[in-house]
Amino acid sequence: MRNLFNFFWRHSNFILFLLLEFFALLLVVNNNGYQKSVSYAWVSEKTGMIQSEYNSLWEYLNLKQTNKELAAENARYRSLLKSSYLVTDTLVHFRKDSLYHQQYKTLSAQVISNSTNSLTNYMQLNKGKLQGISNDMAVVSPSGVVGIVVNTSPNFSWVMSLINKETRISARIKKNGQIGTIAWEGGSYRYASLKDIPTYVRISKGDTIITSGYSHVFPEGQLIGVVNDFTIKGGEHFYTINVRLGVDFNSLSHVYVIKNLLREEQLKLEEPVK
Amino acid sequence: MSNQYLRISLRFFVLILIQVLLLNNIHFLGYINPYIYILFILLLPFETPRWVLLLSAFALGFSIDLFSNSLGIHAAATVFAAYFRPGVMRLITSRKEYEPGVEPSISDLGFQWFFMYAIVLTSLHHFMLFLLDVFRFSNFFSTLGHSILNTLFTVLFIILIQYVFYRKK
Repeated sequence: MRNLFNFFWRHSNFILFLLLEFFALLLVVNNNGYQKSVSYAWVSEKTGMIQSEYNSLWEYLNLKQTNKELAAENARYRSLLKSSYLVTDTLVHFRKDSLYHQQYKTLSAQVISNSTNSLTNYMQLNKGKLQGISNDMAVVSPSGVVGIVVNTSPNFSWVMSLINKETRISARIKKNGQIGTIAWEGGSYRYASLKDIPTYVRISKGDTIITSGYSHVFPEGQLIGVVNDFTIKGGEHFYTINVRLGVDFNSLSHVYVIKNLLREEQLKLEEPVK
Repeated sequence: MSNQYLRISLRFFVLILIQVLLLNNIHFLGYINPYIYILFILLLPFETPRWVLLLSAFALGFSIDLFSNSLGIHAAATVFAAYFRPGVMRLITSRKEYEPGVEPSISDLGFQWFFMYAIVLTSLHHFMLFLLDVFRFSNFFSTLGHSILNTLFTVLFIILIQYVFYRKK
């Protein structure tokens, strides 16, 4: 305390000098129009800069939350898409929703574990039964088909990845509507094979492969990948087509889980025949 | 002693009046204007306590500001110059001792000493004054040029006044 007092006493002249200068400058910027405008402009520019820096930092810290919100929003929009509705075409009633009867419902989820280096690859999602996920729901991402839900717990679900040698997905060449099956036989996680396309069909590199919708799991028209390469082995009636998958399974984080609301009905219809 | 105080107080008011009534209207070449009122700060006795120096500098500058409609600018510049007065005095050595009763004037310490002393302090004052008046650093060198030119003009006036009023001593 005594030292502090000594310090102030020793520098009392300097402090007086600073006080007087400060007071004079205050008078300058408050009473002279030009100086006032210049200093206000300077101060507001600096504070604006700090403000915007602060804002961008805050935005960055909130990115995770924002991402989640965007994914939820996307899921909502996807369930409103025309492809999520079954067109009934029967204009018997004039009720508004008789034309479009909702068939697919979309939920957003996050991949919390994933593998790409095994022959039977699975991934785990952060949503489960309680969030409305059940077996045989389709999992897609904006860049393409991801897999099928095979098991659920209350809060998590287990997804059989497209890059699992057990997975078979009914696919179609978008250009000509030819139906085949997508399967993965090991190797690079970026490529899978398209089977059962007869050799008389004309295909070319770069053709888009989409889901057929025949499996009652995936809605029709979900992107799977593009034709990377194809060959005809001697004596065979089907192409061997190499498809470059749309999804990079090694960097997957946000996915959408799609529920086919009419699946039960579709399966029931098929049951007696099988 | 009281005679000295009276003289100093009188000098304070006379310099303000000369400055605001006469010299503020010169505007030679548009911007050159001698600010001789700082002669008051220059001529305060050696033994003046520093806080008196600073407060009287503020009062002086503030009075000038009131008349020239530039609140704060002259006050800031004058306080600035006054703060550095003791340092400048220590820097410029004199053959004579700085003793009580001696005024830092031409008649007491000679022309050469006073000229240096006046030049340095006036430059400090004017530089601050012009900087505050322009209020930006972008035209720094033109501001510096103006303040140097004006300093020469002010010092010329201050020395003339010294020869007119203080020769007898």
